[in-house]
Amino acid sequence: MMPQLAVTTILEHPRAKDTNMVNAGDMNGSGNLMDFLDEPFPDVGTYEDFHTIDWLREKSRDTDRHRKITSKSKESIWEFIKSLLDAWSGWVVMLKIGLLAGTLAGVIDLAVDWMTDLKEGVCLSAFWYSHEQCCWTSNETTFEDRGKCPQWQKWSELLVNQSEGASAYILNYFLYIMWALCFAFLAVSLVRVFAPYACGSGIPEIKTILSGFIIRGYLGKWTLLIKTVTLVLVVSSGLSLGKEGPLVHVACCCGNFFSSLFSKYSKNEGKRREVLSAAAAAGVSVAFGAPIGGVLFSLEEVSYYFPLKTLWRSFFAALVAAFTLRSINPFGNSRLVLFYVEYHTPWYMAELFPFILLGVFGGLWGTLFIRCNIAWCRRRKTTKLGKYPVLEVIVVTAITAIIAYPNPYTRRSTSELISELFNDCGALESSQLCDYINDPNMTRPVDDIPDRPAGPGVYTAMWQLALALIFKIIITIFTFGMKIPSGLFIPSMAVGAMAGRMVGIGVEQVAYHHHDWIIFRNWCRPGADCVTPGLYAMVGAAACLGGVTRMTVSLVVIMFELTGGLEYIVPLMAAAVTSKWVADAFGKEGIYEAHIHLNGYPFLDVKDEFTHRTLATDVMRPRRGEPALSVLTQDSMTVEDVETLIKETDYNGFPVVVSKDSERLIGFAQRRELILAIKNARQRQDGVVSNSIVHFTEDPPELPPNSPHPLKLRRILNLSPFTVTDHTPMETVVDIFRKLGLRQCLVTRSGRLLGIITKKDVLRHMAQMANQDPESIMFN
Amino acid sequence: MIFSQHIWKSMQLLSLMAVVWCVLTPLAQASKSSEDIRCKCICPPYRNIIGHIYNRNVSQKDCNCLHVVEPMPVPGRDVEAYCLLCECKYEERSTTTIKVIIIIYLSVVGALLLYMAFLMLVDPLIRKPDAYTQPLHNEEENEDARSLAAVPTPSGARANTVLERVEGAQQRWKRQVQEQRKTVFDRHKMLS
Repeated sequence: MMPQLAVTTILEHPRAKDTNMVNAGDMNGSGNLMDFLDEPFPDVGTYEDFHTIDWLREKSRDTDRHRKITSKSKESIWEFIKSLLDAWSGWVVMLKIGLLAGTLAGVIDLAVDWMTDLKEGVCLSAFWYSHEQCCWTSNETTFEDRGKCPQWQKWSELLVNQSEGASAYILNYFLYIMWALCFAFLAVSLVRVFAPYACGSGIPEIKTILSGFIIRGYLGKWTLLIKTVTLVLVVSSGLSLGKEGPLVHVACCCGNFFSSLFSKYSKNEGKRREVLSAAAAAGVSVAFGAPIGGVLFSLEEVSYYFPLKTLWRSFFAALVAAFTLRSINPFGNSRLVLFYVEYHTPWYMAELFPFILLGVFGGLWGTLFIRCNIAWCRRRKTTKLGKYPVLEVIVVTAITAIIAYPNPYTRRSTSELISELFNDCGALESSQLCDYINDPNMTRPVDDIPDRPAGPGVYTAMWQLALALIFKIIITIFTFGMKIPSGLFIPSMAVGAMAGRMVGIGVEQVAYHHHDWIIFRNWCRPGADCVTPGLYAMVGAAACLGGVTRMTVSLVVIMFELTGGLEYIVPLMAAAVTSKWVADAFGKEGIYEAHIHLNGYPFLDVKDEFTHRTLATDVMRPRRGEPALSVLTQDSMTVEDVETLIKETDYNGFPVVVSKDSERLIGFAQRRELILAIKNARQRQDGVVSNSIVHFTEDPPELPPNSPHPLKLRRILNLSPFTVTDHTPMETVVDIFRKLGLRQCLVTRSGRLLGIITKKDVLRHMAQMANQDPESIMFN
Repeated sequence: MIFSQHIWKSMQLLSLMAVVWCVLTPLAQASKSSEDIRCKCICPPYRNIIGHIYNRNVSQKDCNCLHVVEPMPVPGRDVEAYCLLCECKYEERSTTTIKVIIIIYLSVVGALLLYMAFLMLVDPLIRKPDAYTQPLHNEEENEDARSLAAVPTPSGARANTVLERVEGAQQRWKRQVQEQRKTVFDRHKMLS
């Protein structure tokens, strides 16, 4: 953990200036492209891997840079133009992020579309067409087999020239499983060989990064490439996972890449995180076609410090991304998402009861999923299961493919399933779900079909959906968290949509057959279109998604942007609120916070409330019985003493006191700065030897003659460390850590230094108070 | 000076992206061939006529029941009632975009597969003679010593040829990936 540095030290430090110039020259390379191959020099202001940044220092550095530019801009026209360009660089970065994120999302959508259909057959006229694209221009589609056309052939037709019968079915089954295994194996091999950080959803780690943690390589170029490529492969392989969470990771990688092109963002970790927040919004925006929902998701779920200036820029990035995706038009109908809903049939007050029931179901499922998934992931972390990641992926893919193929609702991709469940049945639907008994004399247009009794197809569909529901609930628990990119939004929405559609059909049939009951009499007359099962599916999807992720406003906004209207806001809100209440009754954490706790990331959640009555003395180090605090004195230690202290301990910083007797606090010195400064002094300055006195004061101390040259290290000393007294309640201390983004805080009593509280101590204390294992906080 | 080079670099990138877009968009629009547009009319069963789907390549203003449904299955008086039931949608796609994207994707996957095969099979055979050039510090050494020693001398690096610098970058990348692999797969420290 690095302490805050006084502002002047950065600008005056000679080494900082040198490496700044060299580093900048390195980055631009005087036009030499090969310079990016050189190893970057460690800069004074950079942080080590798996450490937390110092928010206040980053903020003050940015203010300084801005002040310098503003003051120079008055000198000449060229400086003025430079200041304008600096102000606009933020918008340029957002534009580029939007373009790249939209393009990548379009590529992913098109490739997934094609590869999913590749498991079942191939288009003979042009192999790069998916099933729907292949049959697009065909005039030979009749109503009964609208999905068939002569150019598209299933594998059994191609290989053994049979399209019906047992042998064709078995061959198709076998090839489906083979393709799924091939895709999954390829994906996990690519992840393992090229970019191990590309696995998982990415959102828990991005939350931690945005709160100030450094994970080098997590948002790198290889991770971006591998995540995009393997995301297509795993979604096409039929596994029960989605692509929304990984799309957020992909968008943040784009954000990291573009922000490294501008020194305003590449040198300042705090500003970079603003860009990353906006990039996360662009990621959700292209995943759901919901720009506003994306911004709210970034605000609510992912970001830590979200200054209002970022709100407007995030919205811009999200809009550009959505517009880019729209112009690529992956689905051929100018929609951004496969399951966009276009009907506007009204709903009735009495339907709130089944909506609330769906909310309860969503909350219960969310709790069940989180508990089971965390238990399984913990088992993967600690037992031998974790030693065979490739084998695990292959086994889970095989099980998924074997069980999914027979059921037509699980055989197709989950997005198509959700699309079918969301859609209302017109008069001309071929799926079994819409096999209602039609009145032959009916002359109503397609979007105002009254309620009809269910045909046999609907009953078949119901029990198939029930089986599919149980299967999806179980298999997603084992799929999320494997060593492949995996998202959680689509499987949750599928579970909710299936449950919702079943409830909707149930209510519809009850309303049709018993329209003279009191509850239906007022609002559901025979011959009217009162119940829309598609709406129940949407409400169920929102409830399940809310139960798992505990999103509130962003969920409702995403869902109503999906439906294109404000009609359904009240049912969606009712379900979302109910599911959150029910799920919160069992546990406070959503799935992402649960994974953060599982991995021990040092994430101080803004939503956690600390209500215990402990004081700062209870948490600070050193405790009773521990060795005393390692401090540096103002002017009585030699270089050798300091080096020994650094070698023997592994603390990240040392308080500087006046002397060992009077422990009055002067400031805080950072380990990394001490090491670099001493090394620099030994190399550059004359007369500095192991016996030289190190002084943090302005003037060197009184020394006898013939003593070696003293070493002045006042530059690296932070003269304003945060201190609290020993009787400060921990509630206040936790608040200070959260709001200011501190990494350590010194504890004093009557002006004398008593101890130190670090962020890790705070997290451990909170875990202890919540009866969790305090030793699970792993990172520094 | 540094700033202007940043501007130059980002302008290069922007112009490259603009070129790519300009290439794709006219391609997409120029080949607005008959393959790329259609009007799809879905007509439900009516009296004793079964349901049918009609596809025709017409422009958006002609996308209605009268232009698309041919031959009309009902006599002249019932045409209006029949057409009221039909739902017509205009759809557009870009075949060039699909083709380009799928082929680019397949070539990227192919390139990655080749590189993976190279790294796993060919590279150890090439590197066997150089197996003794181990890095000077092993993993357990003190982090400070590593950080102290890791500051390279600035002068010597530039004298190498391009090939050696590519080698150096590749070695660094391999070390990074190995470290990541250890963190994620072996120690399970991150990403469960």
